[in-house]
Amino acid sequence: MNGLKGISKKKLLDMYRMLTKIRGVQLMIEKLYHLDEMKTPVHLCLGQEAVSVGVCANLKREDFLFSNHRGHGHYLAKGGNLNFMIAELYCKETGCSKGRGGSMHLIDTSVGLMGSSSIVSGGIPLAVGAALTTLLKRENRISVVFFGDGASEEGVLYESMNFAALKKLPVIFICENNFYSVCSHISAREPDSKIYMRPKAFNIPSKRINGVDVLEVYLKAREAINYTRSGKGPFFIEARTYRWRGHAGQGDEQKSKYRKMDEWRRWIKLDPISKYEKRLLKSNILSEKLKQNINRQIEYDIDKAFEFGQKSPLPKKRDIMNYLYG
Amino acid sequence: MPWTKLLIEKREPGFDDCQHKNLRKLKFSEAIREALDSALKYDKRVFVMGQGVDDPSGMFGSTLDLHKKYGRRRVFDTPLSENGVTGIAVGAAITGMRPVYIHNRPDFLLLAMDQIINHAAKWNFMFGGHANVPLVIRTVIGRGWGSAAQHSQALHGLFMHIPGLRLVMPSTAYDAKGLLIASIADNNPVVFIEHRWLYKHSGHVPKKIYSIPFGKGLVRRRGKDITVVAISYMVIEALRAAEELGREGYDVEVVDLRTLKPLDEEIILKSVKKTGKLLIADTDWITAGATAEIAALTAEKGFKYLKAPIKRIGWPDIPVPSSYVLEEEFYPGVEDIIKAVKEVVKE
Repeated sequence: MNGLKGISKKKLLDMYRMLTKIRGVQLMIEKLYHLDEMKTPVHLCLGQEAVSVGVCANLKREDFLFSNHRGHGHYLAKGGNLNFMIAELYCKETGCSKGRGGSMHLIDTSVGLMGSSSIVSGGIPLAVGAALTTLLKRENRISVVFFGDGASEEGVLYESMNFAALKKLPVIFICENNFYSVCSHISAREPDSKIYMRPKAFNIPSKRINGVDVLEVYLKAREAINYTRSGKGPFFIEARTYRWRGHAGQGDEQKSKYRKMDEWRRWIKLDPISKYEKRLLKSNILSEKLKQNINRQIEYDIDKAFEFGQKSPLPKKRDIMNYLYG
Repeated sequence: MPWTKLLIEKREPGFDDCQHKNLRKLKFSEAIREALDSALKYDKRVFVMGQGVDDPSGMFGSTLDLHKKYGRRRVFDTPLSENGVTGIAVGAAITGMRPVYIHNRPDFLLLAMDQIINHAAKWNFMFGGHANVPLVIRTVIGRGWGSAAQHSQALHGLFMHIPGLRLVMPSTAYDAKGLLIASIADNNPVVFIEHRWLYKHSGHVPKKIYSIPFGKGLVRRRGKDITVVAISYMVIEALRAAEELGREGYDVEVVDLRTLKPLDEEIILKSVKKTGKLLIADTDWITAGATAEIAALTAEKGFKYLKAPIKRIGWPDIPVPSSYVLEEEFYPGVEDIIKAVKEVVKE
């Protein structure tokens, strides 16, 4: 019964399952990517799983979520269908976007995932617009958007924060600061990296948090979400995290050329999953047996999803014009 | 701009597309307002926003006092932030609303191109039909009183290039209302471009709610010597030219396209089949614009009908100048159409 930091055992284990699932899916994509069957540019979120999981564990099914090019974790954590996501990576008709979007464009409207934009910052105003919808319809939903540190250099973030603050919209801005935009370090791009200070100019409360500690993410996101859901307006979180792999594709052979290797090793040691797992084991929330069961079930689900993706039919060439208009 | 208003009254004295005395008439701006009014009344999902929609003049009258009738919750002023607010409109649209976002001038849409082209136009396709975008972006082309290069652009040539958008350019009050209602009812992003010089024009507008289908042009005047395909304000200029040419014995057919995307290919080809001659008149640059597209499609699909080379009238390849002397030189009008028609017909 006893959880950690007042978080229920069920919630803690749900988060563990989701972290493991996202990690497992990412590793399987990486393992099979060289076969060239997933013909879509993948942006793996290995190392960043705790941000998606800690935030989404606080959301309701009907809350809206907008994502970006590195969106696999966001999609899964919000409850997006795994089979349909993998089928999308295989460019299949059964994919969540029917093979028209690929890895960077995932959607599952049944759980409030309204899409992901691969234009850096592109999803931010959309999330504000979804929050405007809930305000106009007087619904008690909130809207959340994930974006990276690169998006903090786009004007539309500031336009969106201004509007959200002006209308007191129920929207949460989550900046996953992984310090790199492709190979460019944030120090080459911004005079200071205090992204979380900027929303204060719009009177939007904000916090910088440790994005590799899922419990911290969960608790801080809960505060933010409670604030926003109670009608007080937007909230901004800068979660510092790290991208284990390259910008796109498998591995990161270039890493020693643009990252300091001791920086890389330091962050790998902060692995959000193994640290969390140890903590759960130590607190007797997770047993070795339960751990094995969870991992076995997830492996099974992932295998099934890849099988579904591989065996699904491709779109028909004659259907190329479909979906241009709604 | 108050001067523009004066200029329009001077240059466009009471153009009336319907001489019938007993029919109800509205000005173009009033027809737009009535369409918004009907849509707001008819559908709770509709809201209207843009910088100045609640200003005392009501965006040249086209939104006048709608905020008083429907409240500032549904009709509201916005920050300038064109790209951000367009994205906000897209986000509202895909989550169940029907926003109408109004801009004073098309020139400012250039600040919103990422959200219009990368997001609004693609969202439905990119997500396999799971999230359509019922959004209307209204804007008004400026002209005259030295409005110059950044307050007079039309830019429909740019939007015509983009799959996933609809592009509507009415020339009469009747069409303005019917097409705006059709745009709001449509499940896709619509760029709705008006021309400031049409605002004082009046015509028959029924009180009831009605819509005009996209992709259906209209023959505004029947003739057999030449087809003049015209867009937006150039429809009016073409009709004036046709009137004058008629007195000189030229029988001119004037086709009003009404929407550029979808484009009514059939009405163009059918008319060219009859007349064998084609002049295209636009309120935008010639190069790679709507006139180029129409000329190309006629050459591809109607070459056998053509008895003379196609001719195009539009803007020269320079930004819009300010000085009224240069403006006069820049904008083609009735005289240019008359001259061009005579040249083509004599071929």
